[in-house]
This record gives sequence, structure tokens and C-alpha cells, in this order.
Amino acid sequence: MFDEKELEKIRAAKEKWDQGAVQKATARSPERKPVFTSISGMPVERLYTAEDVAGMEYTRDLGFPGEFPFTRGVQPTMYRGRFWTMRQYAGFGNARESNERYRYLLEQGQTGLSVAFDLPTQAGYDSDHALSMGEVGKVGVAIDSLDDMRVLFDRIPLDKVTTSMTINAPATVLLAMYLAIAEEQGVSFDKVGGTIQNDILKEIICRGQYIYPPKPSMRLTVDLIDFCYKQVPKWNTISISGYHIREAGSTAAQEMAFTIADGIAYVQACVERGLAVDSFGPRLSFFFNAFTNVLEEVAKFRAGRRYWARVMKERFASNDARSMMMRYHVQTGGVTLTAQQPLNNIVRVALQAYAASLGGCQSLHTNSYDEALCLPTQDAVTVALRTQQVVAEESGSTDTIDPLAGCYFVEAMTDKIEAEIDAYIKKIDAMGGTLTAIDQGFIQKEIQNSAYRFQKEIESNERVYVGINKYTMEESPPTNLLRVDMTVGEVQVAKLRKFRAERDQSKWKNALDQLRAISQTTENVMPAVIEAVKARATVGEICDVWRDIYGEYRPKEFV
Amino acid sequence: MAPTSKIKIVVAKPGLDGHDRGAKLLARIFAEAGMEVIYTGLRQTPEMIVETALQEDADVVGMSSLSGVHNYFFPRVVQLLHQKGLSDVLVVGGGIIPTEDVEFLKKAGVAEIFGPGTRTTDIVGFIQKSVRSRS
Repeated sequence: MFDEKELEKIRAAKEKWDQGAVQKATARSPERKPVFTSISGMPVERLYTAEDVAGMEYTRDLGFPGEFPFTRGVQPTMYRGRFWTMRQYAGFGNARESNERYRYLLEQGQTGLSVAFDLPTQAGYDSDHALSMGEVGKVGVAIDSLDDMRVLFDRIPLDKVTTSMTINAPATVLLAMYLAIAEEQGVSFDKVGGTIQNDILKEIICRGQYIYPPKPSMRLTVDLIDFCYKQVPKWNTISISGYHIREAGSTAAQEMAFTIADGIAYVQACVERGLAVDSFGPRLSFFFNAFTNVLEEVAKFRAGRRYWARVMKERFASNDARSMMMRYHVQTGGVTLTAQQPLNNIVRVALQAYAASLGGCQSLHTNSYDEALCLPTQDAVTVALRTQQVVAEESGSTDTIDPLAGCYFVEAMTDKIEAEIDAYIKKIDAMGGTLTAIDQGFIQKEIQNSAYRFQKEIESNERVYVGINKYTMEESPPTNLLRVDMTVGEVQVAKLRKFRAERDQSKWKNALDQLRAISQTTENVMPAVIEAVKARATVGEICDVWRDIYGEYRPKEFV
Repeated sequence: MAPTSKIKIVVAKPGLDGHDRGAKLLARIFAEAGMEVIYTGLRQTPEMIVETALQEDADVVGMSSLSGVHNYFFPRVVQLLHQKGLSDVLVVGGGIIPTEDVEFLKKAGVAEIFGPGTRTTDIVGFIQKSVRSRS
């Protein structure tokens, strides 16, 4: 970027400045602390200059938006064309209540849906299972059957909205239900757009909603990817997620590194199935966190995009630019929210949303300020949605593409994060790959160590957290918290029992038998799952078929 | 317990909730504070938690819940401990727990609830003091 002569001049001038002006200033009054670090613990220097990015080659390392290596963004016009999709993760209680919240959000200018399922659904249990006690409809909507799914999307045309579904172990089942409802609405599979999380590895690493051991889980993942790129071409078949890795305590660089490690494992599994990398590659998508340290987040997103592009091109020999693009959803950092002085969270979320926009996200969920206290109330959800609308419409971050490119600090940080990602990927490769690294607890332990370091920094006051260890104050307990009706579970169970009693028993049994038979072969299970949900098999019943065949995953605990 | 012996604590994740950052972090902090820690892992029923407490002869059961099931699980664990003759076991909880539920849980026999932002040293201090005063 700079010629050697100019760099020499900068170097000399900086040394002079260091020994002159800086020495004088720090002798008069020392800096606030001896070492400055980002929230992830990355050292941050006093000043960055061209010297710090001297190794950068513009066309090799940055390029142009929509072109390899996608450092500057995945689309040629980015937000000058259209804003990111505003997609608030929502769902609670029964399908009817959640449907009302979706329609409210769409009326308020939200542009896509994002379904939160309750924990029994995510763990593949029906609402009347012993382990579902107390959990039905709590952190998301309870879906047992096709009837629930029909109510959930009542009066929402599935060819007009895109839907994201946070579902992993039973992803095939919920997608089958979604497709069956689309069909009922007269919408063909090729008109259906959206995203399914379908990322089982991070469930095993840190999120905990697993059912089967890694190998059969990966089979279901690949079956879904394989089915969709052929039959549901507008569907994002996986959302490889760093979000929860970060929530569990990782640093920004670890979030990106471990997500890419998972991504490599999925691509590898598809390739081993015999799929061509550029057949399914364009439908892979990602999901990341955004913390309040804006510049570090922007660097993380840019580094991740560049590294993934190189992985797809160099490691997997992709020839299609669309396979090399790291397209991603962002959710602001849930774990950054405080129960203390909760209104401060609005400011945190605004900065995080700003980071997501400067980083070039494709869709965004902004958290509600009351989420460290309870499930978000409607007022808080509205503020959260408005926050991203303010960022999009007023901040100016959307008028030019990748506005922080060329910023010495951001470019240096981008390089540094990319180097850290590369070091982790090499280490994981040397261990024998992502599944081995998970099995040995390597990834889990790295995350836990970072969580521990952060907690120690807060408790020693080394790092300031507003309202937690500085600027604290006495507060009266919060009021107007959202409470999920305690009767949701009972009503859902009654509905489920009626549903089971009223179905055509022989049709239902045949469909499950068929699914069982196919699951024991290497044939793709998706068509049989679709038939089973249409024959009114429930989420729990379908998942039980696989529990019988594949067994259940019991994690080793690494504390 | 004898004043010199180690405090034995069962750290448990009741229900289907997968948020275990806090539970694992505290397990480590408790161990560093000289306690003997048994971490149950995820997906524990009240029966499983109480069985572990019984088997391990625990002084303390600490539960973490972020999925809104505390009002069901925490009292149920206290109740089962009583049924097993383990009324002297200290029960504490944490997670995303609305203030208005804290009083209910305390009445149900949970000694203390620690919400987001609590210093781990405060939790350790509370447990040490409470166990000592019970022995």
C-alpha cells in the first residue's frame, strides 16, 4: 500500500513522537492503565499507522464488495441496494400467541420472521414428555404437530416472508412441517425462502440442545442440506453459529475460529457424501454475535469473511463465488445485557447494531433491554426493532460500503484476528479435525477459560462494566415483566392428546414404519419425514424413531 | 460437618436449559475456594439432583436456570430433599429469575437466589457462612 520510503519516514516520525510528545505527556500524567486490551483481551496499541498495515496488498486482501475475498462485503452494493433483513427472534406460549407477535412485528416494519421454539421442541420431546415438565411454551413456542405449525403461520403467506427457524437436532422435522404448511397454502417448495439453524456441532460444544451422537446427527444435517439444495433452492440449509460460542464466553476471534472449524466439518461431511462443493455451498449461511466493542466486532466480521472465502477456494476447491461468501445473521450480545439499570442496555444494543451494520451483516436481531430479567415485553421488543431502524435510516453507516476499510486500527485488527483464526484451524486440523477437538473437549475448554478470564477481570475491576462494578446505584425492583401463562403446558398437552386420538392410526403407523426403514439405510430421510408429519406424526414420535436407531448423546463434562 | 472438612456442593442444571456458562464457571470458582464440587451436567430432573446430593453426601445444592422453570424445579428439589431426610442441605439458585419470584422461592426453602451480575466472591462467602452456621 505504501512505498518503502514513505514507511521509513513514518517510522522515524513515530519514534520521534513516541520519545518526545508521548514521553512528555505520560510523564506529566500517566495513561489510565499500563496495558489496554479489547473486551476479548486483545492488546490495543496507543496509535496505529500505515506501518501496521504495511504488509497489506489491496487487491489480494481487501478486493471489492461482492468479489473474492469478500473482506469488504458479499454484495456489490450492500445497503445502498437494500438494508439488512430486520429479523427479531420471537416466540412464546402457544402457536396462536406467537402468530400474533409475528403479525405485530411484520406490521411494525420487520422484514423477516425468526421462530423461537420452546426447549421440549428443540430437544425433540412432545409437550407431555416427563422432561417437558415446566418447560412447555417458556422460551419459545411449543410445536408438537402439523396443527400447531398451521396456527403459527396463519395469515402469513410463506411465499412473501422469509423465515428463520432456530432448530437443530430435530431440524428435519420442523422443516418438513414448514414445507407441508407451504404446500397447504399453495406455495411450491421453490418459492419458499428462509434459514434453518441445523448446526448440531455448536449444540454439542456449548448450547446443549443435542439428541443423538455426533455421527448420526451429522447424517441428518447432511440429509437436510442435500434435500434442500435440490428441492428448496432458496433455503439456507444451515446457519453455522458462533453466536452461542460467544455467549458461552469465547473471545471474538475464538467465536469466528470455532465457527469456521464447524463449517469445515460440515462441508467435509457433504463432500464425503458425494455432493459437489458448489452444489450446496451457496446455501450455507452463518450466525454471529455482536458485542459493544464496535471496532473489534467489525474486524472480526471482515476477518471471518476473508478467511472463509479462502477456505472454500483453497481447501475445498470451490469455483463459485457464491460458495465462498460468508453470508450471516447477527444477534446482539445477550450476555452483555445487565439486569442492573436495564435501560442502559438500549445503548449497548445500539452500539452492537452499529457494529453489525459496519461489519456488513445480511440480517440482524437486536435484543430487548429487559432480557436479563425475563422474556422480552412487547414495548422492549419495539424499542429493539426501532434501534436497528435508527441505525439503518439515520446513522449513515448504510450509505457507503465497508466504511472502516483502510482504518489502520481496523485493518491491523482484521489481520490479527485472521491470524488467530488460522492458528486455531491449524491446531484443530492437527488434532484430527473438529469432531475430535470437540470429543477431547479442546474447544469447550478454550471457551470456558475465556469466560473465566472475563469474570476475573470484572471482579477485580480490571475491566469496567457500567452498572456492575462502576456507576452502580440502588434500584427498585423492575415491574411489568412478561410472564408466560402457567396453563400453556396443560392446554398444549390436552390439544396434543386430542390430535393423537383423532388421526388415522394406520396411516400414521405406516409413515413411521417407513421412516424407520429408510433411516436404517443411507437414503435421504427428508421425504419420509415430510410424509410422517403429513400423516400426523408428532415431533417427539419422529425423534423417538431415531433415538431407537441412533441412541442418545451423553456428553463428557469438561469443567 | 466438622469445621475443617471440605464443603461438598452439587452444581446442577435442572430441566432442558442449555445455558451452562454460569454453572461451569461457578463450579470452577467453588473448587478454587476449596470446596468439593460435583457438576451434574445438563438435563437433570429434580429426582436426579436429589439422588446425586444423597449419593455424594452433599452439604449444598446449587441450581442454575435461565429458561424460566425455577418456580417448578427449585421448590421440587427442596421438597424431595426433605422427603429423603436431607433437610440440612443448603439449597441456592441463580440464573434469570425475576425479583418477584425470589420471595416465593425463599419461602419454598431456597436459601438465596443470585441473579446476573452477582460477584462470585459473594456467592462463595454466602455458602461458606451458611454451611458453617448450620453445622
